[in-house]
Amino acid sequence: MADRPTLWEQMQQKHYSRRDFLEFCTWIAAASGLSSSLVPGVAQALETKPRLPVVWFHFQECTCCSESFIRSSHPVVADILLDKISLDYTQTLQAAAGEAAEAALTETMRKYPGQYLMLVEGAIPTADDGIHCCINGRTALSIAKEAAAHAKAVVAWGSCASNGCIQAAKPNPTGAQPIHKVISGVPIVRVPGCPPVGEVMAGTVVHLLAFDRLPDLDGLGRPRAFYSRRVHDTCYRRANYDAGLFVETFDDQGARAGHCLYKMGCKGPVTYNACGVTRWNGGTSYPIQSGHGCIGCAEESFWDNGPFYKHLPSFPGFAIEHTADQIGLTAAAATVVGVAAHATLTQVRKSAVIKEHRAESRPADETKENR
Amino acid sequence: MANRLVVDPVTRIEGHLRIEAEVKDGKIVDAFSSGTMVRGFEQILKGRDPRDAWAFTERACGVCTTVHALASVRTVEDALGITVPPAAELVRNLMFCAQYLQDHVIHFYHLHALDWVDVVNALKADPKQTSEIAQKISHWPKSSVGYFTDVQKRLAAFANSGQLGIFANGYWGHPAYKLPAEVNLLAVAHYLEALEWQKEIVKVHAIFGGKNPHPNYLVGGVPCSFNLDEANAINAERLGYVASLFDQAIQFVEQVYIPDLMAIAPLYTDWAAVGGGLSNYLCYGDLPVNGYRDPASFKFARGAILDRDLSKVHEVDDKDPAQVQEQIAHSWYEYSGGDQAGLHPWVGETNLKYSGPKPPYDQLDVEKKYSWLKTPRWKDHPMEVGPLARMLVSYAAGRQDVKETVDWALKTLGVPVTALFSTLGRTAARGLETKLVGQWSKEFLASLMDAAKKGDARTFEPSKWDPATWPSEAKGVGMSEAPRGALAHWIVIKGGKIDNYQLVVPSTWNASPRDSKGQRSAYEQALIGTPVHDQKMPIELLRTIHSFDPCIACAVHLYDEEGKTVHQLRVL
Repeated sequence: MADRPTLWEQMQQKHYSRRDFLEFCTWIAAASGLSSSLVPGVAQALETKPRLPVVWFHFQECTCCSESFIRSSHPVVADILLDKISLDYTQTLQAAAGEAAEAALTETMRKYPGQYLMLVEGAIPTADDGIHCCINGRTALSIAKEAAAHAKAVVAWGSCASNGCIQAAKPNPTGAQPIHKVISGVPIVRVPGCPPVGEVMAGTVVHLLAFDRLPDLDGLGRPRAFYSRRVHDTCYRRANYDAGLFVETFDDQGARAGHCLYKMGCKGPVTYNACGVTRWNGGTSYPIQSGHGCIGCAEESFWDNGPFYKHLPSFPGFAIEHTADQIGLTAAAATVVGVAAHATLTQVRKSAVIKEHRAESRPADETKENR
Repeated sequence: MANRLVVDPVTRIEGHLRIEAEVKDGKIVDAFSSGTMVRGFEQILKGRDPRDAWAFTERACGVCTTVHALASVRTVEDALGITVPPAAELVRNLMFCAQYLQDHVIHFYHLHALDWVDVVNALKADPKQTSEIAQKISHWPKSSVGYFTDVQKRLAAFANSGQLGIFANGYWGHPAYKLPAEVNLLAVAHYLEALEWQKEIVKVHAIFGGKNPHPNYLVGGVPCSFNLDEANAINAERLGYVASLFDQAIQFVEQVYIPDLMAIAPLYTDWAAVGGGLSNYLCYGDLPVNGYRDPASFKFARGAILDRDLSKVHEVDDKDPAQVQEQIAHSWYEYSGGDQAGLHPWVGETNLKYSGPKPPYDQLDVEKKYSWLKTPRWKDHPMEVGPLARMLVSYAAGRQDVKETVDWALKTLGVPVTALFSTLGRTAARGLETKLVGQWSKEFLASLMDAAKKGDARTFEPSKWDPATWPSEAKGVGMSEAPRGALAHWIVIKGGKIDNYQLVVPSTWNASPRDSKGQRSAYEQALIGTPVHDQKMPIELLRTIHSFDPCIACAVHLYDEEGKTVHQLRVL
């Protein structure tokens, strides 16, 4: 491992100044939800850690996660993709193809057992022995199991690898499964979203890079830094919800004034994601800011939780008098089921936060809005 | 005796593509293209709300994101008789233009360039000469000796680290690389610049659609609203932002992409005689100037060309059951009426039925079924779709701006129009249409500004939003031009739900297996005659395949359960 230069050495070779480096460390710390007092620790970690070998797999997916990753706005993060980590296998960007590409993968797995990071984009089909996704004549299922056996950690990119996503929507014709259902014995970080926000993806990788340990995860294995708040709670239109000002039809007067999209089916009240905080594409906007409700793409089974334009209280399981906050509470409680006890604490704290919000806000008259 | 060359995975593409080729005397004599992943999209769409279909189909592809959403909303609008307001059409056009600008630049630099550019060889370049070349071909400001010296040092440090990452095991030093070291260095610098730049133009999608990849669309219009007196809507600041993003994009295309293309192409003119493949081209046309219902107004003309005869453009109608049909003679599906039939998408069937070798396998049984892609045909003809088809159809249709641009490129390179029918022609056509799309984006933005100024910027037609206003049964087709070619969706709506939904996408046209008559599709045909110097380093094969810009995830997933259900009902 000693022959691999550290991140700071790499940056020096590329003529970045010490100041650039420290600014970058501050950004990572902020993106990872750390207080400023920890910045020197980040800097030290990045100065001394060697480059991490990374292999990136594509299974049942659409490559939107790869695309989102390269949209990450911080310029130094864009550099990281090419050479701060050693991205030894990726079907999207790799120069070599076929045999030569597979040789690069085998070489990394052989040379760095237990040391390489495995990034997974896509779900894994399990019906009919996995014949619905083959690479180089082998099933995704067998490739994933082999690579995971010696990986340092696995990151499940996007809703496909985290939750199964669209191919797992009813009737799930190919038996698609998220990665954690087909491998075991290795730490897994789940980064859901369709795709996840680019900066969230970069932030997750740099966290692993900077600290050589997993970020704090919630009960569903998601980094707390990015998935501990509902889109509804961080929504800049929240005041309109509280005031009962809603869009009734797309492009109506309310829409043109930026009112709440709750009645247009916004899933913000049941969706945990960082969209409202980081926004998208370098902070340019996010779905609600551009006039469309959240479709809940970071939540499990979101394709089957629709239709997208039906508002939440009319969903099965929620009586019409339920408010967005009560629905959020139920969703949060549901996620607790089946998780380890230590993780439950996180959810309890989350519920407490939601209760606080509920106490603060005056929900709109739900019976009137039910159509 | 021919040798079997297998390339799997084909990298620097979207999706899972496997090519098996027969090589004899240093040339490909036969080829088989296989899509090795399937998701079953159309089965998943059945029974859902048609207004949600854009979000589902958009996930067919995250590289050419937006294109399926656009085709989908048009399909539903066609079925329900909805005409979207002009401002919404303009917003869609601008999102379309942004997609082309980003996607084609990414393809050229990050997916295709490494077939032509020897990254390692750039270490030998004299940065002073690179600077002179850069300043001779373009006004792009990043062209100093110091700049290229820094890029070269960066590259050297990377190479010396011993970890080549994405460049590991590349075919560096292969004799098919013809560029001087100085041009290689120029291209490496622009590879890195393009990677930085590409994330900017897609901010147009974030402004109008909230995010990229996978921005939001809406049946009946677009989700964003205009209000010049409101911070929470599309206002002067947002429009100014869009304008500056397009200005930067046009600058990048005209000062980096096009000059690089025109500098690299003359060193590879032998590739203007390789990879021509099929002689039929299909384009649905797109970028409406006077609304989607007036195809004559489209910037990209609609039509088909047969036998490379540019004197005639044939009319295309996707509602005609005899025109577009899909076959499965060599695909892992079965049809109730026999596997030799062709079916129009409105009456299609899907039964996933794998019959290939049990994994792990070394070779597919190409005499039988060998792909998850179906095989679409237009009036029984195999058709090539994509940038070359678009440029040829518009050229043949006499579109002045297209003709001028294509003629300029042919004249500059000193090649006849027949040079377009090739691997190099395909790659050049992509660059030329990017230049045109950049120019057109300014017209669309000017029209949108004008609409906003007049207070006529409605973005949504509400009259058919409520399913209670819909007929009990409706059928529609939505056509578009994805960056990779002709794209259409077909829908059947019954009782307010999707009864049947099908997509026939560009890479299905191009990458599909043989049809029931044994006719090859575009990839397979284009590979015939492609040289292979060293089977361990099949760079020439990659050049021809990458010239199509493969996008396989969209191509495999075909068909709804509907046909099967109808068949079962008949049986009962």
